[in-house]
Amino acid sequence: MVKVEFLGPIQKEPIEVDVKNLKELKEVLNKDEELKEWLRVSAVGVNDKIVTNLDTPLKDGDRVVILPPVCGG
Amino acid sequence: MVEIYKGGIPVIEVLDRWYSEFKDGYGAMIPFIGIVRRDKGIDGLSFDLYLPMLNEWFKKWENLPDAKIVMAHSFGDVRVGESSFLCAVFTKHREEGFRYIKEFVEDFKANAPIWKYDLVNGKRIFAKDRAKILKGAGLLED
Repeated sequence: MVKVEFLGPIQKEPIEVDVKNLKELKEVLNKDEELKEWLRVSAVGVNDKIVTNLDTPLKDGDRVVILPPVCGG
Repeated sequence: MVEIYKGGIPVIEVLDRWYSEFKDGYGAMIPFIGIVRRDKGIDGLSFDLYLPMLNEWFKKWENLPDAKIVMAHSFGDVRVGESSFLCAVFTKHREEGFRYIKEFVEDFKANAPIWKYDLVNGKRIFAKDRAKILKGAGLLED
C-alpha cells in the first residue's frame, strides 16, 4: 500500500491506496471532488522528494505528499 | 537544520547565540527578522510546516563554501508584533552577504514547505492570496 498525506490547508486525513504509479494515483484522487481544486495547484512529493513525472513508479511502503501553494515567513 | 519554535521566536536570544557561535572568521552578519504586522483585523498568523522537506530544501543553503546561513521558523500561532521567521547570513564581506540574504529569502518564500494562515477571531484562514504555487504543481490534475 502507498500512503498519501495531504499537507497544510488541505483538510483531509491520510489515506492508503493500492497503486503502481502516479498515473494510477491521479485517477484515484480525482474521484474526490473537493480534492480536485487542490490537485490543480499542488506539487507532489514521493518519499519527501518533489517529482514531476507521472510515470514515477510507486511500491509498497512509499509515501506520497500533496503540497499546496506555500507561504512561509 | 532549521530551528523550529512553537509560537513566536525569541529574536534577541537566538541572534545573540548565532552571533557568538558563528562570528569567528566572518566580517559581516546580516540578520533578517520577519515580524507579524498589524493588518486588517488579524490577531496574528499561524503556520504549518513540513519538516522533512523543509530541512531538505535548506541543505543547499547551509553548506555554502563562502557563507554560513542559519534560520529559525515558527509553527502554530504567532501574535502580532512577534517574529515568525528569523535568519542570518555570515560572510567575509558585506557585498556577498547582501546578495545571499536576498536570494535566500526569495527562495525561502517561493519554495519552503510552510503554510500560513491569518488568525481572525480565533479561526485559522489559509492565506491563499499570498501563497506561491510550487514548481511542478498540477501533476495530478485531471
